[in-house]
Amino acid sequence: MGADSATVFSPSMSASQVARAARDPNPPAQRRSAAPWQDWLFEHTTMFFAVFVLALLLGILLALGYAALPAFHKFGLDFFVTNVWNPVTSQFGALAPIYGTLVTSAIALAIGVPVSFGIALFLTEMCPATLKRPLGTAVELLAAIPSIIYGMWGLFVFAPLFGDYVQPVLQKTFGNLWILGPLFQGAPNGIGMLSAGIILSVMIIPFISSVMRDVFEIVPPVLKESAYGIGCTTWEVVWNVVLPYTKVGVIGGIMLGLGRALGETMAVTFVIGNAYRISASLFAPGNSIASALANEFNEAADPVHRASLIALGLVLFVLTFIVLALSRMLIAQLAKGEGRKT
Amino acid sequence: MSTGMTTLYRKRLFVNRFNLLMSLATMAFGMFFLLWILGVLFWQGFTALSPTLFTEMTPPPGSAGGLANAIFGSVVIVFVATFISTPIGILAGIYLAEFGKVGWIAKATRFINDILLSAPSIVIGLFVYTIYVAEVNHFSGWAGSFALALIAIPVVVRTTENMLHLVPNTLREAAVALGAPMWKVILMVTLKAVRGGVITGILLAIARMSGETAPLLFTALNNQFWSADMNAPMANLPVVIFQFALSPYEDWKTLAWAGALLITLAVLVINILARSVFRQASVR
Amino acid sequence: MNETLVSRPQVAPSALGPAPPKMAIANLDFYYGKFHALKNINLAIADRRVTAFIGPSGCGKSTLLRTLNRMYSLYPGQRATGEILFNGQNVLESGVDLNMLRAKVGMVFQKPTPFPMSIYDNIAFGVRLYESLGQRAMDERVEWALTKAAMWEEAKDKLKQSGMALSGGQQQRLCIARAVSVKPEVLLLDEPTSALDPISTAKIEELITELKNDYTIAIVTHNMQQAARVSDSTGYMYLGELVEFGETDQIFLKPKRKETEDYITGRFG
Repeated sequence: MGADSATVFSPSMSASQVARAARDPNPPAQRRSAAPWQDWLFEHTTMFFAVFVLALLLGILLALGYAALPAFHKFGLDFFVTNVWNPVTSQFGALAPIYGTLVTSAIALAIGVPVSFGIALFLTEMCPATLKRPLGTAVELLAAIPSIIYGMWGLFVFAPLFGDYVQPVLQKTFGNLWILGPLFQGAPNGIGMLSAGIILSVMIIPFISSVMRDVFEIVPPVLKESAYGIGCTTWEVVWNVVLPYTKVGVIGGIMLGLGRALGETMAVTFVIGNAYRISASLFAPGNSIASALANEFNEAADPVHRASLIALGLVLFVLTFIVLALSRMLIAQLAKGEGRKT
Repeated sequence: MSTGMTTLYRKRLFVNRFNLLMSLATMAFGMFFLLWILGVLFWQGFTALSPTLFTEMTPPPGSAGGLANAIFGSVVIVFVATFISTPIGILAGIYLAEFGKVGWIAKATRFINDILLSAPSIVIGLFVYTIYVAEVNHFSGWAGSFALALIAIPVVVRTTENMLHLVPNTLREAAVALGAPMWKVILMVTLKAVRGGVITGILLAIARMSGETAPLLFTALNNQFWSADMNAPMANLPVVIFQFALSPYEDWKTLAWAGALLITLAVLVINILARSVFRQASVR
Repeated sequence: MNETLVSRPQVAPSALGPAPPKMAIANLDFYYGKFHALKNINLAIADRRVTAFIGPSGCGKSTLLRTLNRMYSLYPGQRATGEILFNGQNVLESGVDLNMLRAKVGMVFQKPTPFPMSIYDNIAFGVRLYESLGQRAMDERVEWALTKAAMWEEAKDKLKQSGMALSGGQQQRLCIARAVSVKPEVLLLDEPTSALDPISTAKIEELITELKNDYTIAIVTHNMQQAARVSDSTGYMYLGELVEFGETDQIFLKPKRKETEDYITGRFG
């Protein structure tokens, strides 16, 4: 076995001379068997952990559902439409936190979507090549900042400035108008639904803009070039070619941002004001589901109080699940059209 | 045939210029907030930095102190969570990429995984509370690690699967052609070929876990004192920051800023590390 | 027939004598899903000879090669019917130990595929699958395999370096060394030089001529001249059918079918 050690290999030998000199072609006397059970075990072990992920989802729904039962037993479906939150009399209705969650998320989208679109447009069409990566990274950095920092900055820096300089201006400009007026009533102290919504919008910008960037770059260059070729301006190409082509993916990205906004806790808890109120004014304090949970859960002693809070959590989970599922389906649908996987 | 610009053309040019300007403005808007937030954080946090942060425990209200127990607790909780989530995430990712061509399990798992990736972290904390903390009747570091692991797993699954998909089929076939069983092909050739990317995924998951507060609120809770007992409430930076920042005490608020800076620095450093590991691995 | 189109080595193939079949293919059909890719293939691959398959793109020659080591079994939706006899067994039956089959029927691919490990480990990986060798025996086997692939002089000082740090031609010879190191009975070469420069190509063709003394070789190539230089038998394939199969000399100098002649002379393809 093995090369003949007496043979001398010199650099002047050709390849075939060398190969001829090293001759031992006999198949090995003994080959271990291949043990096919190993592969069966490996495949099923990995399958087990994949199923674990599925089981997790089911587990969350079941566990929260079960723990929230006392609340549903006591209040029934009225739980979702009543606005009351009284730990003393043990009466709970989820309308205020649900309202707060929806309103802050709506504000976040109203600001975040156009800004994200502008950023995606800038990075794909206007940005000089050398700046693309650093600026793109900078936008991603917004997502890396932990949300509790957003909360602290929001409460200690943003809110005072907002309350002193911006809110009075808004109030003066719109406060007396017929339709918009009621939105801007109340003491301008910097916290409330509007502040929470604005901070939330900054947080979701990196998510929406990153999806938009990805789908904008899927557009076949030849499509854009044919539009440029007939003399379209950059804006016209984007508005008439890129956006319609990526429409489904863009909506998917927006829904992803919405899903994130709905579930965000720390950024909102610091500035939303922690009040179980439904008010037309955006300056008013309120509560979101996440902030209610963060503020109260550990202090809740009454089992019905606990169950109601868990019920809130269940509502939030189901709501975000639906939004995120839609988002994923939309984004995958666009990518599939390109034969690419997302 | 230059007849000068028509009004329509001029209007189109104006619209174009306006919108592109707006787009530049949004970019500036984003950068403005980024720099503002980071600036405030560094300013407030730096003035609060001192070696006592690492040597003294979290103080009662009104006195000076440090964050030693919270820092220690956070490191331990994140470390344990990484230990739990990494193998689960990698193995599930391997299933999706290597065995997931047939059947419904892979499709369903991929779908659910993507949703869990963005699910509200406070609900995850609530979930661990209901199945674990409520059952054993006390908060604990283990519960906190478990909750963080549930947040990290979808990240690791996704990056592992994406990385494995980048491996060309010929590499797999070359190993198979030697008669290697599938598990050796996957672990010793395919996974190895993209180990840089997989490590990056793990680092990103660690960064994500380090910054999360909500899941720890109902699981690890907090602990005023130094404790290495994972089976009891454990001090951790995010919850300490939450508690201190919303309090009326100036000492506590200062510590909160210091803690916030520490967390952000850790997250940024891990992110940079992740990017450089990835770049190194792809250059090879 | 234009003799200058092909250049032949000096040794006439008939001087090597008749050879028993190492693998016998009978009534082989292959399907990619519903697409009928190989139609009723019948041929024998002679022991210790080089059998080449030529034909235009998409004719099924690579598909045919990949049935010989059941490589297609990795992919659901691909299936083969018929018989491929190897060592008395029909390789296409279910229940065949695929890993063992592939240890005996090795394959080298078009693109060099070094594993993400050191040169030494690239070779040791395959050997360790089925044999337990001590350190010295493994060292000898690695040296033997690299020598067989005419790589030892270039690689012996770099054994610990990554296999991916070699040039394209070297990587391909590493893959050949790796395939040879497990001492298979048959070697399948799927367009092994199409991604390489002419000098590396010439080295590898020389290698093939040497290796056939010890191994049965089947090679797929889109380069007709390579087939003519290197092989003893040649099969011309078109659209999934084996149009003509015979001794290389006869195929290139006196093809029996007009389609073969058209392809050889470049009137077609």
